[in-house]
Amino acid sequence: MREHGSRVLWAPALALVMLAAACSGAGEVGQGADVDLDVAPGVTDDAVVIGTHQPLTGPAAPGYLAVSQGAGAVFDHVNAEGGVNGRRIDYRVEDDGYDPSRTIDVTRQLVIEDEIFAMVGGLGTPTHGGVIDYLNDEGVPDVFPASGALAWNNTEEHPLTYGWQTDYTKEAKIQGEYITENFPGQDVGYLFQNDDVGEDSQAGLDQYLSDEVVAREHYESDIPDLGAQMAELENSGAEVVVCSCIPAFVALGMLEAARIGYEPQWVISSIGGDTATLQALLTEFTEDTDAEGVPADAFLDGAIVTSYMPRVEDEDDEWGRFFVEVYEEYGHGGPPTNTHMFGMTQAVMFAQVLKSAGRDLTRQSLVDALETQEWRGPGHTPFSSSEGDHGGHQGVYVVRYQSGGAIEMVQEARVTDREGGPVEEVDFERLSPEDLPFHD
Amino acid sequence: MPLPVRHLLLAALGLAAVAGLLFVTGDLTALRVAAVGYTMLAVAGLQLLVGGSGQVSLGHGAFMMIGAYTMALLVLHQPSLPLAANLGVIVAVSVVAGVAVGAATARLHGPYLAGATLILAVGLPGLAHRYHQLLGGSNGLNIRTAGAPPFLDGLVTTSEWRALVVWTTVVLGLAALATISAGRLGRRMRAVRDDETAAAMAGVPVGATKVAAFVIASAAGGLAGGLQAYVLGTVTPGSFTLVLSLTLLAALVLGGIGSLWGALWASIAIVYLDVWATDLARAADLGRDVENNLPVVFFGVVLILVLRFWPLGVHGALRDLGARLRVAGSGTSS
Repeated sequence: MREHGSRVLWAPALALVMLAAACSGAGEVGQGADVDLDVAPGVTDDAVVIGTHQPLTGPAAPGYLAVSQGAGAVFDHVNAEGGVNGRRIDYRVEDDGYDPSRTIDVTRQLVIEDEIFAMVGGLGTPTHGGVIDYLNDEGVPDVFPASGALAWNNTEEHPLTYGWQTDYTKEAKIQGEYITENFPGQDVGYLFQNDDVGEDSQAGLDQYLSDEVVAREHYESDIPDLGAQMAELENSGAEVVVCSCIPAFVALGMLEAARIGYEPQWVISSIGGDTATLQALLTEFTEDTDAEGVPADAFLDGAIVTSYMPRVEDEDDEWGRFFVEVYEEYGHGGPPTNTHMFGMTQAVMFAQVLKSAGRDLTRQSLVDALETQEWRGPGHTPFSSSEGDHGGHQGVYVVRYQSGGAIEMVQEARVTDREGGPVEEVDFERLSPEDLPFHD
Repeated sequence: MPLPVRHLLLAALGLAAVAGLLFVTGDLTALRVAAVGYTMLAVAGLQLLVGGSGQVSLGHGAFMMIGAYTMALLVLHQPSLPLAANLGVIVAVSVVAGVAVGAATARLHGPYLAGATLILAVGLPGLAHRYHQLLGGSNGLNIRTAGAPPFLDGLVTTSEWRALVVWTTVVLGLAALATISAGRLGRRMRAVRDDETAAAMAGVPVGATKVAAFVIASAAGGLAGGLQAYVLGTVTPGSFTLVLSLTLLAALVLGGIGSLWGALWASIAIVYLDVWATDLARAADLGRDVENNLPVVFFGVVLILVLRFWPLGVHGALRDLGARLRVAGSGTSS
């Protein structure tokens, strides 16, 4: 026993130290030290390593797998063109299965083992919400998280996080204004996901529609049934249904409405407005039901969708065409959807800012490039990543889907803020894929 | 040496070993070592319940959820409470939940008990949606907890500190579980497990013993959940689904249901099989689809193989091996 004595005594001593330290409040967090940004982990002479966390398996994977596939195709294209400032982009995708506890593990793995230069497009509000403190504490630039939560735009607490998606409140304000202008006097029902998506969307819609709204129905993302909600919306007499929903629930809602013979005007947010994904879901959901064989287009005809990205259906859009070409060459599997566009647009914008940061790359130079970047596309709206405003896309445009796959632009991009400010038209010119510098 | 003292010494040795491991590895390992720690505590509680008292629980993850949300709410609303007090509150809350559930389920047997605890695992995450304002809905709650104390700056990182805090709690919890298991209550549980009627005739209060086992297991589960929230800083209903409860049970069977050591192998399997399978797929360059789905398959195959060849799990296999070596050793020396 004697030779073990010191070791055995040492452990209780440690325990005592911990007990003493445990007397201060568990929730009392001291001010973190300033992080050093004049470093360039993951950057070598000919490559830069970036990482992301994505749901590649699990329940969220069918909807969002396409995001990293799209981004990967663009980075492959960029690398084939010679990279950015002489460096190849090494894009590491880690699967978190949309489980926040796994997001934390894979994020550490990316930061510690892979030594990523920056986190690009980490997907999901609950998942990314769990690592945003860690990334900022470690001084890892957290560029363009893929979700529209308001939380990303908080430069005081999270100076290194740069939002990307038009946040849910801005989008909802523009939807609200569009509905009052184009469907005046009609009763409106909200259908929303019962988390920050629904909360933030209602905050925006209510600024314009508080007199018209006759029903507010929510769903939980893990309960795939909208029977009660659609019945309630029909009972309330809502002629317009604003769906702040992910694609699976847009499809469910449309099917349920068709089943009970309810034909409202659908207004769908960008998160649920990927018509290619919706068609696939509608076809899948109608299998083995009475509606089998009804073309998916029939459900979608006339639906109004808000968006800020280039769209695959839009044959006049040079970025849309460019992305389809890139995906045909570097992508895997069938034709790209608008969810692919999401990842591809993000990837182009990241490559662009990497280009602006110059050959002499550090985390500080990346941040400087982000804050001073003059954004000219591929998105359809102006974009903020300046000091004090990391809000990302500032607004949305409105399209109407027509069966057959065409879309009609019914309102050009408008921008607004997330408070009570007005919705304004903008004059925004995008650069073409050839003119926008995002690779060598 | 009295049993509690021996268990505490073993606990101190275990803590020293973990501290040594942390000393030679980095931050990522610290996070995983902490994960092994709290998972082990949860599985150890389940071991006492299933292996000790013969009750099946498919709802153990629900108690982890109770502990995790309690920790998050305490840190958010009572930030000045020390961590030790938070852990104490968590144990108290879990005990209350354990008494409530245990009192109801002590009358149930076999599949009925499994069904009742299944309801808990399926239903409890729904509370987070129902009380959206308080519990944060599907996005859950994010908390920030204090890191390493200032006087240890430069000596241990925050992740290492958290792993040490977790393991200190875990080894104390395990020492308590081992002491209970070896004592009178443990004997009563095993009597109830083997034959309820015989136990009752021998004067063992069957109902109370079963409830006691349930309460102890839920306290361990709650404490594990609280530690998880402390380490990860985020709690969401999506982390405490039925899958977690079933994984805990499957891993316990894999590790060895008859001994607390089984909990160690089980928790290592839960945390590391996933990592190893991914590394393996990457090393073999098997492509993304294989790589993403291999961990689940790997876990299943390992579980089936272990149970086919060593019905008592990894711990049973190691004990067999040890016994054989001893026999071989004594054979050569004689």
